[in-house]
Amino acid sequence: MSLELVCPAGNLPALKAAVDNGADCVYFGFRNSTNARAFAGLNFDSETAKQGIRYARERGCKVLLALNTFPQTAQWHIWRQAVDDAVELGVDALILADLGLMRYASRTYPNLRLHLSVQGSATNYEAINFYHEHFGIQRAVLPRVLSLAQVENVVKHTPVEIELFGFGGLCVMVEGRCILSSYATGESPNTAGVCSPAKAVRWQQTPKGLESRLNGVLLDRYGADENAGYPTLCKGRFEVEDETYYALEEPTSLNTLALIPDMLRMGISAIKIEGRQRSPIYVEQVTRVWRAAIDAAKRDAAYYAVTPDWMAQLGKLSEGQQHTLGAYYRPWK
Amino acid sequence: MSQPAFTFPRPLGQLIEHLPAWPPSFAFTRILNLALRQVIRRRDLQALYGKRISIHVTDAGLHLHFTVLPTGFSAAAGNVEADLAISASAYDFYLLAMRREDPDTLFFNRRLVVEGDTELGLVAKNTLDAIEHPMLELERIFPRHLLARMKARLWV
Ligand code: SF4
Repeated sequence: MSLELVCPAGNLPALKAAVDNGADCVYFGFRNSTNARAFAGLNFDSETAKQGIRYARERGCKVLLALNTFPQTAQWHIWRQAVDDAVELGVDALILADLGLMRYASRTYPNLRLHLSVQGSATNYEAINFYHEHFGIQRAVLPRVLSLAQVENVVKHTPVEIELFGFGGLCVMVEGRCILSSYATGESPNTAGVCSPAKAVRWQQTPKGLESRLNGVLLDRYGADENAGYPTLCKGRFEVEDETYYALEEPTSLNTLALIPDMLRMGISAIKIEGRQRSPIYVEQVTRVWRAAIDAAKRDAAYYAVTPDWMAQLGKLSEGQQHTLGAYYRPWK
Repeated sequence: MSQPAFTFPRPLGQLIEHLPAWPPSFAFTRILNLALRQVIRRRDLQALYGKRISIHVTDAGLHLHFTVLPTGFSAAAGNVEADLAISASAYDFYLLAMRREDPDTLFFNRRLVVEGDTELGLVAKNTLDAIEHPMLELERIFPRHLLARMKARLWV
């Protein structure tokens, strides 16, 4: 099937919301640091995972497990156990980033379907084909750094299915390699499964405005009428040469509804929605809009147009309440 | 920033503001215990045990203070600084409780303010999100006529 809609599930109600509103696949993580959304209280234990998989299956929706962090030597067994558990649960595919884990999974379970995570940071077809030859990777999620023309070039030169990010929070353009959070807190997505660990984050109302701090470092100060963003270093406002501004990136969300016909034409296999950390109502609303949009484009790509209603619904849910086509649409390469 | 669709009438808010915080906190924890007892596994709230949480309903001028104990929610006096403080309007709390609005969305556009220990806030949010049904199934707690009156007021 072309252009599957892949939706996030941080918990059982979110999974059900995705399935009920038209997701073709849902992806989830276990309750430990084996995935890049290791937040307290989020994710699935074996009981909720079982229930979720059953619920999705009965309704024709596939289930993917994100095991997309990099194991530390001392805790290798936790990641290996997660692969074994996933097979036991019977997920449709694993989303992996680490080479060692890929080797283990592909040797131990030759029939297990593997996807290359965005954290694997493979941006060219040579890299993707390497993963395919050595570990039988069947799909790769591309980092949000390529223009559409570059994406198309990748698709043409690989047998591996290509999945693109369609909507959600944006990382600055070094996916799978960013250690900004480690710099301030000792923990970052690839090592501890979390950017800006909540225990290091403080929000405080001050006479000057709402302040966010990461381990004491002032990230931003919002005036009364300013929208807030996630407390990540990449989206902080910093003083650079006497000017205070978003020196790395503005709080904004990726929204590529307008590109769906291009993605269909290019033979993209799947669109991923970001946001396992968001609530079930977010998953419900985003899934509904994307389902409608993909169906409309599949019916008649030539007459496809993004409706103001879709944009309004997604705009409301966006960080910073503004959105961008990201790197997909840009004149330079 | 969009305006909340409902705010408490100011005089009413001012009146509530002058009432001592303890009785409403007591009633509130009774409701929480009733509503959540069956749907939250106790150990999921372990990180919150002994923590002081305060909820500020901004337009009603209402401050609720409580702690989470292994036995349930318990009202607390409001004279000590809370470990976690959450503020929003009555209407926004209602939207959150009924799962009509995403907390991150409200947070981004400044309608929901979370101060103090962010991790506690995240535990609370994620635990409530993981519940299968809206946090407060009001129908189960309130007699029908009271509920109808509340709804009528909230949807003016
Ligand atoms: S600091 Fe920003 S770019 Fe880096 S991992 Fe966190 S969200 Fe992504």
